[in-house]
Amino acid sequence: MATEWPQTRKTGLADALRGAREMADQHYGIWSWIATVDHKRIGIMYGVTAFIFFLTGGVEALLLRTQLVVPNAGVLDADQYNRILTMHGTTMVFLVIMPLSAAFFNLMTPLMIGARDVAFPRLNAFSYWVFLAGGIFLNVSFFTKNVFSGELGAPDCGWTCYSTLSSKAFSPGHGVDFWALGVQILGIASLASGFNFIVTILNMRAPGMTLFRMPLFVWMTLVTSFLLIFAMPVIAVALFELIFDRLFNANFFNPDKGGNPLLWQHMFWLFGHPEVYILILPAMGIVSEILPTFSRKPLFGYPFVVFSGIAIGFMSWGVWVHHMYTTGLGTVANSAFGISTILIGVPTGVKVLNWMATMWGGSLNLKAPMMFAVGFVAMFTIGGLSGVTHSVVPSDYQQQDTYYVVAHFHYVLFGGAIFALFAGFYYWLPKFTGKLLNDGLGQVHFWLMLIGFNLTFFPMHISGLLGMPRRISTYSEGQGWDIWNLLSTIGAFTIATSILIFIVNFIYSLRRGEAAGYDPWDGRTLEWTIPSPPPHYNFENIPVVHARDPFWHEKYTEDEQGRPIPVVAGAANGHEGEGHDEHGGHGIHMPSPSYFPLIAALGFPIMATGLIYDYALVAVGAAVLFVGIYGWALEPATEAEEA
Amino acid sequence: MAQAAGTAHLETSTGLDNRKLLMWLFLGSECLFFGSLIAAYLLYRDRSVTGPYPGDLFDIPFTSVSAFVLLMSSVSMVLALAAIQRGNVRGMQIWLLTTAVLGLLFLSGQAFEFTEFNHEGLSLSTNLFGTTFFVLTGFHGAHVTIGVLILLSLFTVSLQGRIQQKDSLNVELAGLYWHFVDIVWIVIFTLVYLIQP
Amino acid sequence: MTLAEYRRRGGAEALHEEGHVAEAEHAEKHPGPLEYAQIGLILALITGVEVAIYYLGLSHTLLVIALLVLSATKFSMVVLWFMHLKFDNRLFSTMFILGFILALSVFTVALATVGGKLV
Repeated sequence: MATEWPQTRKTGLADALRGAREMADQHYGIWSWIATVDHKRIGIMYGVTAFIFFLTGGVEALLLRTQLVVPNAGVLDADQYNRILTMHGTTMVFLVIMPLSAAFFNLMTPLMIGARDVAFPRLNAFSYWVFLAGGIFLNVSFFTKNVFSGELGAPDCGWTCYSTLSSKAFSPGHGVDFWALGVQILGIASLASGFNFIVTILNMRAPGMTLFRMPLFVWMTLVTSFLLIFAMPVIAVALFELIFDRLFNANFFNPDKGGNPLLWQHMFWLFGHPEVYILILPAMGIVSEILPTFSRKPLFGYPFVVFSGIAIGFMSWGVWVHHMYTTGLGTVANSAFGISTILIGVPTGVKVLNWMATMWGGSLNLKAPMMFAVGFVAMFTIGGLSGVTHSVVPSDYQQQDTYYVVAHFHYVLFGGAIFALFAGFYYWLPKFTGKLLNDGLGQVHFWLMLIGFNLTFFPMHISGLLGMPRRISTYSEGQGWDIWNLLSTIGAFTIATSILIFIVNFIYSLRRGEAAGYDPWDGRTLEWTIPSPPPHYNFENIPVVHARDPFWHEKYTEDEQGRPIPVVAGAANGHEGEGHDEHGGHGIHMPSPSYFPLIAALGFPIMATGLIYDYALVAVGAAVLFVGIYGWALEPATEAEEA
Repeated sequence: MAQAAGTAHLETSTGLDNRKLLMWLFLGSECLFFGSLIAAYLLYRDRSVTGPYPGDLFDIPFTSVSAFVLLMSSVSMVLALAAIQRGNVRGMQIWLLTTAVLGLLFLSGQAFEFTEFNHEGLSLSTNLFGTTFFVLTGFHGAHVTIGVLILLSLFTVSLQGRIQQKDSLNVELAGLYWHFVDIVWIVIFTLVYLIQP
Repeated sequence: MTLAEYRRRGGAEALHEEGHVAEAEHAEKHPGPLEYAQIGLILALITGVEVAIYYLGLSHTLLVIALLVLSATKFSMVVLWFMHLKFDNRLFSTMFILGFILALSVFTVALATVGGKLV
């Protein structure tokens, strides 16, 4: 740290901060985590936090399913049900799937492209702290009424929070305010993340890693990041409009003054449809890494899978009205979007076929990561098929707002994204913990979760087509829905059991798990060339990349039949001789830790609380934000640090 | 000697500077932000149930002057960059200050305009015009304010000698943000003020 | 760049010199303060024309087309010259144009679907 501080009256503060930062520079202790800018630590924090929210959202789901197990169960009243329902959806989308994907972006992207960290390490830390702040802010809402007498203060408008239900008139109280402000805060985290990963992927690849030699997970991270930076501003504006309507009597969605409540739906789904691809593309990326590794074959049709991902990214902007077929937009709009929605199934189908072709003729290793990955392909395909039925306007007229929709999106988001994320856990966590998860328990987890999942959500196709509406807190008997709801609830508790098994496995493996070593899966990509857990600088020498699946090509050549033969001198222990040794072995300078991302992040929930309760707090929050940003900007940087 | 724009201090895969790439991505994303606000304005144009209406309130000569002021601030901004790229710190400081002053002038014009409209009975809650107009131009004004803060911060830091020719990227990045805020106003001035129902 | 390219070009030393040479050539085409002032003048003039035709009492359609063309010209001039996109690496243009075109397309369709008036 060579830069001199200017001699201003803030010298005392500068000294204190420098001292604190030196303390944080040690790689242990809570302060080192609070000030960390290391992508691996940030990834772990994202993962742990998101998993805790997953359990929260899961408990919420179990409460809902318990209420619906039989007609008129009387476990939750309608108000409680609505609030828990809203929080379940909001939590799973914004506090679980997105941050778990972010965890993997963080943990894996620099390793897979041969970098030491992301382009903007402090911005990365900022993203995490803002996410944590948003998640806590959102959940605090539960306690803003009299929780002990069963009055929950959480939002109750559903995760899509449609107008005019969301207006002050129809949702008095602070629930919707917490929702709007909470999601707004979370949006900032996602936006920052998106920018960071695009620059990282475009600018920090190891020598020789052209775009078409990048692992597919990195490609999906890139496409997802573009979707994030373009979609989040739209929901940000929608949320501002809602907040201004509620707090300042604006008229964006006020029909009395000529406002159109449909504007909310347009804005929400303009964001919302790209959002669901933001949720699924990273999962597809994970699966695209696992299937080749556990089939001992390269990904079939790599360019097709890449271009399909890009195509999905583009096309995701042109389908949003399929969430609004029944709002009376007319046949022209409905038909046009019906066609575009049918078309978006094509690149998705291309991916599924390529995954299947990858496995075909491969030497399948059915360890836990592979089971979950194959499970993903099967479950996601089912969800995709129900999606195709939704794209057809007349059939959607029957399905809209019924449990059929609930079945569809759980098949793609749970059977799809969550299964893939678990696959990622089993596959990649050993790299960071240094311990393998127990595979036997993993298999039990898989089968129990697969059975439980299908038991929970398959019956919803049926109850939906039998007319059971969404978002109802109870139902009367004799409508033909009873058995399906009973099965769903049994399934839900089965899922819960399987998750418990995973947790036990994880804790057990941390203590007594088999050592992972560098390369437990005979992997193909660069992350398997470094120790588990990796040193804080990742690579001793930045690798030089000559091919796709670079590590595989170092370990194996092919015989005449194309079968892999181990290379005699190929070792998993780094690269001798070659390598861009930029520091001549004199110690690798990593970006310095910093407290300012956390300080800046704190500004947001303070401002949000102020907007709900006391405007003076808004000024306080803004001041905290400014201090954080100015400190960040003026901090002396290390040579490896950009922003 | 002019410094080639966007050369990295560290080698990057594209040869482009990380921060400059970040700024352009940010501006691309801001197109969606302002696009949403403008779309809301256009959607509700002509649908206010009660007045006051744009025709009652707009003072085109006045707003033209403030639009002109903001345009000229882009000129001074790029002159500040040209100065520091040639190693002329003093010149950069003068032009940075000029840009900030012009920005503040623009903001004063906005504040005056808002107050006038308010006296004529237009507020956020009055009708659709009030809502969409104040939110759109308010967010634009907030962006200008942040821009002025950035410029003044750069100016202050440069007084301590911490911006030399090799640091011209900082001024360039501030300039990109500033010009963007200007082109958003070009769009707003045309679509909101000049093209009326 | 790849390591191979890096070595072929002679390593860090040579790259810096290359950069200097490129900068020197670049400086020729790079607009200077005079060009910027000229562009500023043109921008001011166009603004003047816009205001003038506003008062001319043209038909609505004609007015709209004229104003859109004029403002698009100003927009482009600021982006291409002041923001230097004309001279910079194409990747920057791609990022910006991607966002711009996306915004334009998506909101045009949205307004058409909801029945808003574009101009």
